[in-house]
Formats: sequence, structure tokens, C-alpha cells
Amino acid sequence: MTEPLLDIQGLVKAFGALRATDGVALDVLPGETHAIIGPNGAGKTTLIAQLAGDLRPDAGRIRFAGEDITPLGAAARSHKGLARSFQITSVYREFSALDNVALAVQAHAGHSFRFWRAAQSEEVLHGPARAILDEVGLGSRAQVLAANLAHGEQRQLEIAMVLATRPRLLLLDEPVAGMGADESQRMVQFLGTLKGRQTIVLVEHDMDAVFTLADRISVLVYGRVIATGTPEEIRTNREVRAAYLGEELED
Amino acid sequence: MNAILFVEQTLNGLQFGVTLFLMAAGLTLVFGIMNMVNLAHGAMYMVGAYLAVAATQWTGSYLAGVLLALVGTLLVGVVTEVVALRTLYERDHLDQVLATFGLILFFNELVAIIWGRAALFSDLPQALSGHIELVTNLRYPVYRLMIIIVGLLVALLLWYVVTRTRLGMLIRAGASNRTMVSALGINIRLLYTIVFGFGAALAGLAGVMAGPIYAVQPGMGELILIQVFVVIVIGGIGSIRGALAGAIIVGMVDTMGRAFLKPALGALISPTAAEAAGPALASMLIYLLMAVVLALRPEGLFPARGH
Amino acid sequence: MRARLVLLIVGIAFLALAPLVATAFDQLFYIDLLRRVMIFAIAALSLNLILGYGGMVSFGHAAYLGIGGYAVAILAHHGIHNGFLQLGVAVGASALVALVIGAISIRTSGIYFIMITLAFTQMLYFLGISLDAYGGDDGLRLAARSDLGGLVDLGNSTAFYYLVFAVMIAFLYLIHRIVNSRFGMVIRASNSNEARTRAIGFSPYPYRLAAFVIAGAMCGVAGYLFVNHTAYLTPDFMHWTRSGEIMFMVILGGIGTSVGPILGAFVLLLLEDLLSGMTGFVGQHWQLFIGLFLVLVVLFAKRGLAGLLPGAQRND
Repeated sequence: MTEPLLDIQGLVKAFGALRATDGVALDVLPGETHAIIGPNGAGKTTLIAQLAGDLRPDAGRIRFAGEDITPLGAAARSHKGLARSFQITSVYREFSALDNVALAVQAHAGHSFRFWRAAQSEEVLHGPARAILDEVGLGSRAQVLAANLAHGEQRQLEIAMVLATRPRLLLLDEPVAGMGADESQRMVQFLGTLKGRQTIVLVEHDMDAVFTLADRISVLVYGRVIATGTPEEIRTNREVRAAYLGEELED
Repeated sequence: MNAILFVEQTLNGLQFGVTLFLMAAGLTLVFGIMNMVNLAHGAMYMVGAYLAVAATQWTGSYLAGVLLALVGTLLVGVVTEVVALRTLYERDHLDQVLATFGLILFFNELVAIIWGRAALFSDLPQALSGHIELVTNLRYPVYRLMIIIVGLLVALLLWYVVTRTRLGMLIRAGASNRTMVSALGINIRLLYTIVFGFGAALAGLAGVMAGPIYAVQPGMGELILIQVFVVIVIGGIGSIRGALAGAIIVGMVDTMGRAFLKPALGALISPTAAEAAGPALASMLIYLLMAVVLALRPEGLFPARGH
Repeated sequence: MRARLVLLIVGIAFLALAPLVATAFDQLFYIDLLRRVMIFAIAALSLNLILGYGGMVSFGHAAYLGIGGYAVAILAHHGIHNGFLQLGVAVGASALVALVIGAISIRTSGIYFIMITLAFTQMLYFLGISLDAYGGDDGLRLAARSDLGGLVDLGNSTAFYYLVFAVMIAFLYLIHRIVNSRFGMVIRASNSNEARTRAIGFSPYPYRLAAFVIAGAMCGVAGYLFVNHTAYLTPDFMHWTRSGEIMFMVILGGIGTSVGPILGAFVLLLLEDLLSGMTGFVGQHWQLFIGLFLVLVVLFAKRGLAGLLPGAQRND
């Protein structure tokens, strides 16, 4: 049996009386796309924040590639190979698309206490950045300010920034949220091309996307994982159907 | 150490502390609820002091002068909020700092135009100008004692308003979670104006009471404003309890430092070195205290929860 | 972009020629005035690095003006007039103080950061007042101007002018390099979107602190020049209103633009000079108008003067 890349044990996070994460245990195998779904208020955002290092859990342990990363902050986890996208698009609006990605490359190219040479003239940053923009299909938009990109393009840009950190695990927080049908389809298609090459944790509301992409799905309800399994197992799981009131999984 | 001197300085520290508290109470709420930096709060202190002097001369009665000054400061505060500050709530802190900095320059010059640049000194009514023998050999000015009592009464009143009334509930909710209050459908603009107006009146009260002790002059509000910042940083933004604790701590530390640091240092190092270092260190003491508190508790001693 | 470049060149040419013109017309006063303006432009440039590009609302930048000034005046008081040594001490001391203040204050943000930087500067101001050996409240006459060997004679008004001019241009260029370097990109990125910056793997703190120290050291140079300009040191170098003024110059000129701070320094100080030089009510109460001007600029001219120039292209 392969060693899981990400291994979460007994994770707890409470806000006052509310246990937003209530003893979550989860593992993500290398190369798999593992989706986390759940109704609104199930604690998905809180869980992602703890995985990314933005929130410190009250109890429990997060192991990544065999190493306990629970005490590490977001920046340190990024250097371990954990990269995230945000639910609400998070790019540098006043920088060009290329500079956005180049910054992500720069973050993993040694320290940045370099004061003299213009970063924009550094091919070691901009070469890889351009390649990644091409890969996500934004090659022709490299010089456009991120603020002037369409919403879908900004989401693509964010994925590009995530990839630019050369991660071992992608944490994607609702990557198709707020997208039109076309845009969303293209994004799902692109994420499909990453399948197998990348290990992905996918938090998503869009069930089409989830069932297209996921190898395994974990269902989060009231801060607990009530089921983990293949899409087929989840589709037929009675508890899951009850939690979703039978609505979203009918089709 | 001389026990009488110690008690006297403790009272002085308390008196300075409650003055700081009157300033800090309104300001910390403005910071906490509106997430707004307001340097013009010091101007309200100055306006209160000037209005008290003017109104006392005009009416011939100290009490009437004080009351008029408080109402006047309240009005000035409300007008300032409605005319200038209201538009700043949505702006970033930088804009707020600069605009209220501009207001300080404006108010300083305005009082200089009306009352001149020279310091004014106000007279106290007979009943308040004497000393009272608290214990044997400790004669303490009646007026300073009155400041302590008024300050503590206001603190009590504020505690009541904030913890026991509907307005107070809104204020507390606003300080810890602004979006929630607006979600409740409360007229948030009116709430802001009320908080701001009464904050200004409290600062005015501090100014009114400080008038007879310190010189009333343009710019008098700035020195105390920065000390009040220290109070708020130590106490935690948006917390009345923190403002009270911070104010008493800062008032005590500052007063005690000025009174006893030099002799204490003199006993430790040479008296001549203490002569030089004592006052310097005493004047830096509250800022060093702030640094220590920040190092240990970056959110202050009593942070308002839920940011 | 081209129009801006032309304006920049015209401005630099004007400043380069101003002493010649002033001397020709025997209006030496203007050399002094422009020199003072340029010294503040240097201070504003340095603040812009952390405020404009780094988003750190430091309300205590006058502290470093004071430390630079005290370094020179105290050394001169003890008979050390070597200008290079004085410069080294001014820059070193400013950097060190910025390191301490920054280390504490950059851990916080928002209103806390503003209040803390203000409070620490106030502390230094009181320290200055209580330094009786160095004039205390009254200040200290500079025993002699910094001795820069045969390089520049600071007693010569025009030579001093050109030194200040050269430093200002050099700093303008230096900051231009810094903000476009890898370091500058991290500073700007942290300002633009801190969560994103952490998520891609940067810890903003050390970079912010370094920027804070660089800005402090640069402003220390301004203090060094300023005390040589006034030949008199007072704690008022560090007065909190001075911090506010420097901050206003940055905003007035255009925050986060390269030449904005210089523009702001010129407009604000020349306006002050103009108003205070007038007779009657305006001259007596010019601060009333500066105060109103400040409020109006903040409320209605968000992007500052640089935003009004042709080719303004920053997106906020």
C-alpha cells in the first residue's frame, strides 16, 4: 500500500461553541484527485484554511509527505510543496498576468533580498512563468493587468500561480465558482489534464466537476467526514444522500 | 520612601489616568466600531477647554460654563462627523490619518484666531480651589480630587451604558463585528454619529477639567492624544475595559516615573548620572511599557473579540 | 509615458539651473528655499518606499530626520567634524532605530501600526527634549557644518545645493531600482495581497522590515543634510506634525509613484512659503488654509498630483 501524501488525523477547530472541524481524519494518496464536498456550513472553508496553514487547529495532526506540518504557517507549507487557490479570486490586480506568475516562481527561487536588478528582466523568472501561462491557456494575455482579465481568466491565472510554485499537492478551493458554463467546462477540462500528474485536493460545489474529476470523494457534514469513497460509492451512500436531502445527487 | 509623597503621587497618577480614560473611551470606540483613525479627537479636548473658559467668563458661573462647554463640544463633534469624517469611514487608514491631521491644523488655527495664541488660564470657583486634608500631613487639592471622582463616576456610567442598555449592546456588537450590526438593520450612520458625538463630549470633558490645571492653548490636545494612543494600544482597540485599565496603568506609570525614577536611579547609579538619565527615562517610560505589552500581547491587554 | 519623461527632464533641468539663475538675479534666498524643499523631498522619497510601495502607514518618519540631525550635532558638539564619519553614524543610527521600531511595529497592522510608529517617534522627541547636555528643549547650534574634505564645502550655499540635488536624484534612481527588483516585487506584492503572497511562499515580515530599515536610513541622510542646512538642531526635527507633513507630501504628489514625493514636497512647502509670506489674515493664519487644503486633497484628489499628469497609468 502506498504511503499517503497528505494524512490528517483528529483535526479539531472550534469557534466558541461551534466545532467547525470536529475530528476530521482524511488521507490523500499520491497522484489522486480527492474531492471534499458537503453542504453549506459543513466546515469546508475552515478545513482548507487549516490545510493551507492560515488557521491553527485546536487539536489533531497534519502530516505531509511523512512530515508533521501542523505548526507551519502558509509560507512554510508552500515551500514544502503545498499550494492553494482561493475561493474568492486572489491575484495581484495591479500586476500583469506574467508578473503574477513570475512572483510565484520567484518565491521558490531562493531568497528575494536582491535589490538592484529589475525582476522583469530576469529570464529565470519570466521564462518558466511564460511557459506556465501558455500551459493554462493565458499565453496571449501575459502582458494584461490582472485586474483587466475576465473573471474566468483570473481564475486560470490563479491556477497558473499555484502551478508555478511546483507543488506536490494542489489545494483548489472551488476553482469553478462564479464561472459561466463555458468557462467552467474549460477549467474542468484543464484540471483533467493535470490528473495523474498532480495530486489534488478539490473543494467544490459543482457536482459535475467533482464527479468528472475526482478519484475519491470525502463528504463533510457538520465538521465530520461522514463518508469517503469512489464517486460510485458516494453516489449510492444512503447517509450522504440523507445529508444532501437527496437533491444534488439525483441526476 | 516618603509614604505621604507616595500617596500624593498615587492620587496624581489616578487623576491623570481618569483624564486619559475620558479621552480614550470615545476614541477606542471610534477605532473599534468604525475602524477609523481619528487624530481630531485631540482637537475636541482643546475645544472643550476653550469653550469652558469662554462660557465661564460669559455666564459668570463655573457650573454653567462647564455644562455649556460639554454641549458645545458635543455639537462640534457631531458637526465634524457629519461634515467631514463621515465620508472617511469607507476610506483607508492613510486617508483618515491625513484628513484628520488636516482637521487638527484647522482647529488649532481656528482657536488661535478666536482666542489668540497666548495660553489662557481659567479661575476656579472658591469651593474648588482649596486643599483638603485627607490624612494628617496630606493636603490634596480639592479640584484634583474632584477630577478623580468625576472620572470614576463617568467610568461607572459608561460601564452601565455599555453593558446594560440596548445602545451599549449595539456598541459592543459594533466594536467586535461591524457587518453583523448592519445586518441587523440598525441605522448604522446614526449609531456612528451618536458614538462620535458622545466620544467628543467625553474628550471635551477631559479638556474642561484639565483647563484649570494645565495651560489652555492651541495644540494642547496633541500631546495627550498621543498618550491616549498608547493607552489604547495597551488596552486593546475597541475595548472600554481595556481603555480604563490602560489609562490607569499609563497614568500611574507616567506619574510615578516622573516622581520617583530619578531618586531611585540615584540610589542605584551615581546621582549625577541619575540627574541626566532620570528625566529622559521617565518621559520614555510609557512608550517602553507599550513596547513590552506589544511584544507579549500584540492585541493589547483586553482585546475586543471577533475581528 | 513620454509626456511624463519630458516633464521629469524639464523639472531636473530647472533644478540644475536654478542656482545659476538665482545668483544672476541676486536672489540667493531661493537657493536656500529650494535646498530645503529638496531635503524634504528626500525624506518623502524614503517614506514613499514603505508607504507607497509597501503600504506601511508609518506616522513616525520624522524620527529618522531627527536621528540624522542629532548624529551630526552631537558629534560636532564633541569636536568631531568629519562629515563622512558623521554620515556613517547618521545612517547607522537611523537604520538601527528603524530596525528596533520596525521589528515591533511590523508585527501589527492597520490602526495599531499607525499609532505605534507615532508613539515611538514621540518617545524619541521627548528623549531629545530631556537631553539637557545637548540643548534639551531649546536645541543646539551646530558647532560647525560637516566637513566633507575637499569634496563639497557645505558653507558654500550653491555647492551645498548641488550636493542635495545630487543626493535627491541618486535616491530617486535608487528607489526606482529597488521597487523593480525582486525585493521590491515582494514588498509591493505583500501590499497588494498579503494572503496570496503568503500562499505562494513568501513571509512578508523580513522583507517589510528590511524596507523599513532602508527607508529609515535614507531619511537619516535627509536629517544629516537638514541639520547642515539649518545649522541648528531642535527636538522639533522629530515633532509629530513633521511626520504628518512628510506623509502629506507623499500623498499630495501621488502615492506609490516615483517622482510623486518630490512633486508633493515642492507643492506643499512652496505653498506654505507663499501663504506664510503673505501679509494680513492669510499670512498670520496660513495653517488654517494648509489644514483645509489637506482635507480637500484627501477627500477629492485621491491619486495626488501625479494622477493629474499626462500618462498617469497606475491602476488602483
